Amino acid sequence: MIPVKFDYVAPTSVEEALAALGEHGDDAKIMAGGQSLLPVLRMRLNAPEVVIDLGGIDALRGVRDEGDAIVVGAMTTHHEVRDHPLVREHALLVAKAAADVADAQIRHRGTFGGALAHADPAGDLGAPALALGAQFVIAGTDGTRTVEASDFFVGLFETAIGDDEILTEVRIPKHTGWGAHYEKFVRVAHQWPIVAVAATVRGSIDEARVGLTNMGPTPLRARATEAALAGVSATEDGVRAAADLAAEGTDPPSDLNGAADYRRHLARVLTRRAVLEAAGAQAWS
Amino acid sequence: MTKIHLTVDGAAVSDDVEPRMLLVQYLREKLGKTGTVIGCDTSNCGACTVHLDGTSVKSCNVLAVQADGRSVTTIEGLADTVEGELHPVQEAFRECHGLQCGFCTPGMIMQAVDLLAENPHPTEEEVRLGMEGNLCRCTGYHNIVKSVLHAAEGGARA
Ligand SMILES: Cc1cc2nc3c(=O)[nH]c(=O)nc-3n(C[C@H](O)[C@H](O)[C@H](O)COP(=O)(O)OP(=O)(O)OC[C@H]3O[C@@H](n4cnc5c(N)ncnc54)[C@H](O)[C@@H]3O)c2cc1C
Ligand code: FES
Ligand code: FES
Repeated sequence: MIPVKFDYVAPTSVEEALAALGEHGDDAKIMAGGQSLLPVLRMRLNAPEVVIDLGGIDALRGVRDEGDAIVVGAMTTHHEVRDHPLVREHALLVAKAAADVADAQIRHRGTFGGALAHADPAGDLGAPALALGAQFVIAGTDGTRTVEASDFFVGLFETAIGDDEILTEVRIPKHTGWGAHYEKFVRVAHQWPIVAVAATVRGSIDEARVGLTNMGPTPLRARATEAALAGVSATEDGVRAAADLAAEGTDPPSDLNGAADYRRHLARVLTRRAVLEAAGAQAWS
Repeated sequence: MTKIHLTVDGAAVSDDVEPRMLLVQYLREKLGKTGTVIGCDTSNCGACTVHLDGTSVKSCNVLAVQADGRSVTTIEGLADTVEGELHPVQEAFRECHGLQCGFCTPGMIMQAVDLLAENPHPTEEEVRLGMEGNLCRCTGYHNIVKSVLHAAEGGARA
C-alpha cells in the first residue's frame, strides 16, 4: 500500500524537468497523473529514488490548432481530451476513446501523454493515435525530435522515449468530419479492454483507418481491413468481408481473460461493429 | 519531508509530509478525517473518493504533495456547504436506502455529487456509467442508482 521512500521534485518548466532527469538518471521516474505509476510504486514493483512530477508545468497542458493538425499537450487529462472542442471536431476517435478510459475519477487525473508513454498493450489511447497517424514530440537536453506513431510503440510497455527524455506533446493530423467509434470489450466495468477496436471512416465508406488494442505487445493497424473497406457500402454485408481480415498479422496474447484465437475472433466482430458505428457517427453524441 | 499548504473542507492546513504519503493517509492519519475510507489496494473501489479542486479523484492514488496549493473536499466537508444540514445527495441516500453496511457510501456520495455537477439530469444508464469507478459489496447498486436519480429530481447540485 505504501511506496518505498523517495525524494520529490516539482519542476515548473520542461527544461527544469530535463535537468532533474539528467542529474538523477536511472534513479528517477517521471510522474504525470500518477494513475499508473502510483499503483506500481504502492505494490513496490518499482522503487525510484526520485519522482519528478510534471504536474506543475502549465506549458504541457491544453490543446491547440496548428493548421492541418491539432496538438495535444502531454499533461492534458483524459477528461479534458474527451471534452475539448478541437478534439471532438478534428479527432473524434480520440475523444471517444478517452471517454472510455478507466472511470471518471481516474480520467480526472490520468493524462494523454502519460497513458501513451506508459504503453500498456491494453491501454485505450494507443490504437486511436496509431490509426490517425499521430506524431510524438519528445524533448531531450539536445532539443526536440518528432517520432511517427508507427515508430513510437516499440514493445510491451516500451516506447521510443529515451531514459533522459520527456514526451511533451502529440500532433494529430486533422480528420475533420470523419465518423468515429471506439468499441471496447470488457469483462467488468471500468477496466482494461480484453480487445478493443478504434475505427474512423470518411464518407460511407470512402476511406477508413482501423487500430487494434491488445492484439499484440503494441497497438496495431488493421491494414488489410483498411484497404478492403475503401469503396464498400456501410452495411452489415458490405463491411463483413473487410472486418474478417482484422486479425491478419496480429499476435494476441493468451491469458486469463481469453485465448489468442478468442481474441482474433473478437477483433473481427468488434471491427465490424466499430466500422458500422463509425460510419453513422460524424459528431459527438 | 516536503512542506504542503492546502485547504481541506474549507480550512487552511499546512504540514511537513513524506513525499510518499498518499492523500488518503494524510486525510485520515494527519487530519483525523476518517470519513474517507480505504476499500482496496488497487485503486479500483472508489471508497476513498474526494474532490480535488472541485473534481472527483481517488485519494489512494494521489500523493499528499500533489494536493499542495489545492483545495480538497471530503465527505466530512460536504454538508457544511449547505448550512449545517445534510447535503441533498446525502439526504437522497438516506431517503432511498442507498446503503447497507455503508462502507462504500462516502465515495459513492462524493462521486454522485461530481456526476450531478457535470450532468444535472442524468438517465439511469448515465448514472450507472458515471459511477462505474465505485464498487459496492452489499446493495447490488439498485438503490444507489435510485438515490442519485432522486437527488437529481430534487435539483441537487455540487
Ligand atoms: C483502476 C484503473 C483502471 C484503469 N483503466 C484503464 C483503461 O481502461 N484504459 C486505459 O487506457 N488506461 C486505464 N488506466 C490507466 C490510466 O489511463 C492512466 O491514466 C494512464 O495509463 C497513465 O497516465 P498518467 O498520466 O496517470 O501517467 P503516470 O502514471 O504518471 O505515468 C505512467 C508512466 O509513463 C511515464 N510518463 C508519464 N508521462 C510521461 C512523459 N510526459 N514523458 C515521459 N514519460 C512519461 C511515467 O514515468 C510512468 O512510467 C487505469 C488505471 C487505473 C488505476
Ligand atoms: S481505496 Fe481508493 S480506490 Fe479503493
Ligand atoms: S453498502 Fe456495503 S459496500 Fe456498499
